[in-house]
Amino acid sequence: MAEPLLSVEHVSRRFGGLLAVNAASLSTPAARITALIGPNGAGKTTLFAVISGFLKPSAGRVRYGGEDVTGEPPHRLARRGIARTFQIVQPFAGLSVRDNILVGAHLRHRARSAALDIAEAVAREVGLGEMLDQPAHTLTVSGRKRLELARTLATEPKLLLLDEVLAGLNPSEIRDIVPVIRALGARGIGVIMIEHVMQAVMSLAEHVFVLAEGRIIAAGTPAQVAADPVVVEAYLGHGAAAKVRSAHVQ
Amino acid sequence: MRGFLPIVIAVAVLAVVPAVVHSNVVLNFLVVALMIALAGQGWNILGGYGGQYSFGHAAFFGTGAYVTAILQVHYGVNAWIGFAAGIFAGAAVGAIIGGLAFRAGLRSSYFALVTLAFAEVLRIVASVAPITGAGVGLLVKLDLRAQSFQFQSRALFYYVILALVAIALVIAQLLERSRFGVWLIAVRENEDAAMALGVNAFAVKLAAMALSAAVTAAAGCFYVQYFLFIDSGIAYGTWISIEALLTPIIGGAGTVFGALVGALVVKSLGEGAKLVTGDVPGLDLMIYGAVLIAVIRFAPRGLVGAFADLHGRLARRFMAPQPPVREALRG
Repeated sequence: MAEPLLSVEHVSRRFGGLLAVNAASLSTPAARITALIGPNGAGKTTLFAVISGFLKPSAGRVRYGGEDVTGEPPHRLARRGIARTFQIVQPFAGLSVRDNILVGAHLRHRARSAALDIAEAVAREVGLGEMLDQPAHTLTVSGRKRLELARTLATEPKLLLLDEVLAGLNPSEIRDIVPVIRALGARGIGVIMIEHVMQAVMSLAEHVFVLAEGRIIAAGTPAQVAADPVVVEAYLGHGAAAKVRSAHVQ
Repeated sequence: MRGFLPIVIAVAVLAVVPAVVHSNVVLNFLVVALMIALAGQGWNILGGYGGQYSFGHAAFFGTGAYVTAILQVHYGVNAWIGFAAGIFAGAAVGAIIGGLAFRAGLRSSYFALVTLAFAEVLRIVASVAPITGAGVGLLVKLDLRAQSFQFQSRALFYYVILALVAIALVIAQLLERSRFGVWLIAVRENEDAAMALGVNAFAVKLAAMALSAAVTAAAGCFYVQYFLFIDSGIAYGTWISIEALLTPIIGGAGTVFGALVGALVVKSLGEGAKLVTGDVPGLDLMIYGAVLIAVIRFAPRGLVGAFADLHGRLARRFMAPQPPVREALRG
């Protein structure tokens, strides 16, 4: 494998007595969609917060594009090309869709006209082209998720961290947005997605990391990971893998 | 130059007033109202656009006023240079208070309390320090010449403060359409989301506070030239902190004209009440309170916001084709 775009090396994050992330390591190259899965409370979002600079790791390093970026503030990482969405969407509620995306577009374009052009192009790309003038607080859940995605795309990222952008969407909305995400990988953006919608993980991700109780317990292709008894047990409890297998045999 | 037309019209209308009205009482009222509008527009940059509610803009008003007065009284510096120095000093105080408060991560009510505390500390220091004239205050020597920034005619003072307000309106208009303004509004709406999009929230808030302080300091500098007297209660008193935040909130925080509209309305109501009831102490504050409650209840986006909503509703009703019609035309 060539020099990875991002490599997380033995990162730990402690909150008082709770070790939310425990010596987790993962890496991803550019132009690939990687999934980060795991049961609730596994530390996935905490790990994202460390990578994107919102939390400093208690131990370990984050390397991006060959440089050590551990502990850099979020705005500097965004300028380097790391963008994230929030699991709980954080729209600029009082602003229009256009003005929301404009904030991201201004990162690399000082001129208002250039930034507005980018904002409109990105809005069309994620299917918000018709809603540019609508206030963000009037959007549906699906619209807000798209807006999260659009704002981060407007920053022209090299690495995109998507935190459950499919959660809360109905199957037809998921069908609409999956090709948008697939296109990002094809365009050369490295994507890491936290996702519970396994169907989407299976169809989108080339590589999957499984986080449970703060540790990476498995990694591989979606098929390998799904068949891994350790992963099944992490979700369903100790001894579950054996039961599932025996159920299949019968 | 789109967007500047309303400013040109508003300033032009206000500029005609001295040609029509010769009453010194009316002109004096308008000069004071515009001075409050200027102080309020300073607050509006940080509070209205940036969402950082300062309760201590007296710190900047007073610093502008004292620097202008001290340079003239103690050092014989030209009033115009004192005026410029006062604005810079106000910006510097803003940057210092902002640097400390934002570095400590203070938000919302904590930020408000810290700014209030800084203004009070400055008031107490000014009330005992010899250089500020302590409890007695400072009198600027009467010298009715333009080069001393003093004018025989009220109308000239009126034009000076109107020009300053015009500049403050233009600053807000430029802010709305600049990258810095977009970032500042993003910080107001959601600081974390803004940072994730590459906005250096600390730097943006700090710059906004320095700019905000400079504008409010200009109002303080003007106060000294107009009244030729300053003491700690006027310079750093809570009255100016309150008026600087009340006027843009009532007029419409985060709008270009909010502070101007708010200052004219609030000051008119205050003066009107005095005319009706005689000079009852504290009556103006009661009026402000009542107006503030009414505005928050019925027009939370201020008078300018309420007007924009009304205008939009009427426009939709009478001018635009109904959505189905538009669909049919396109199909």
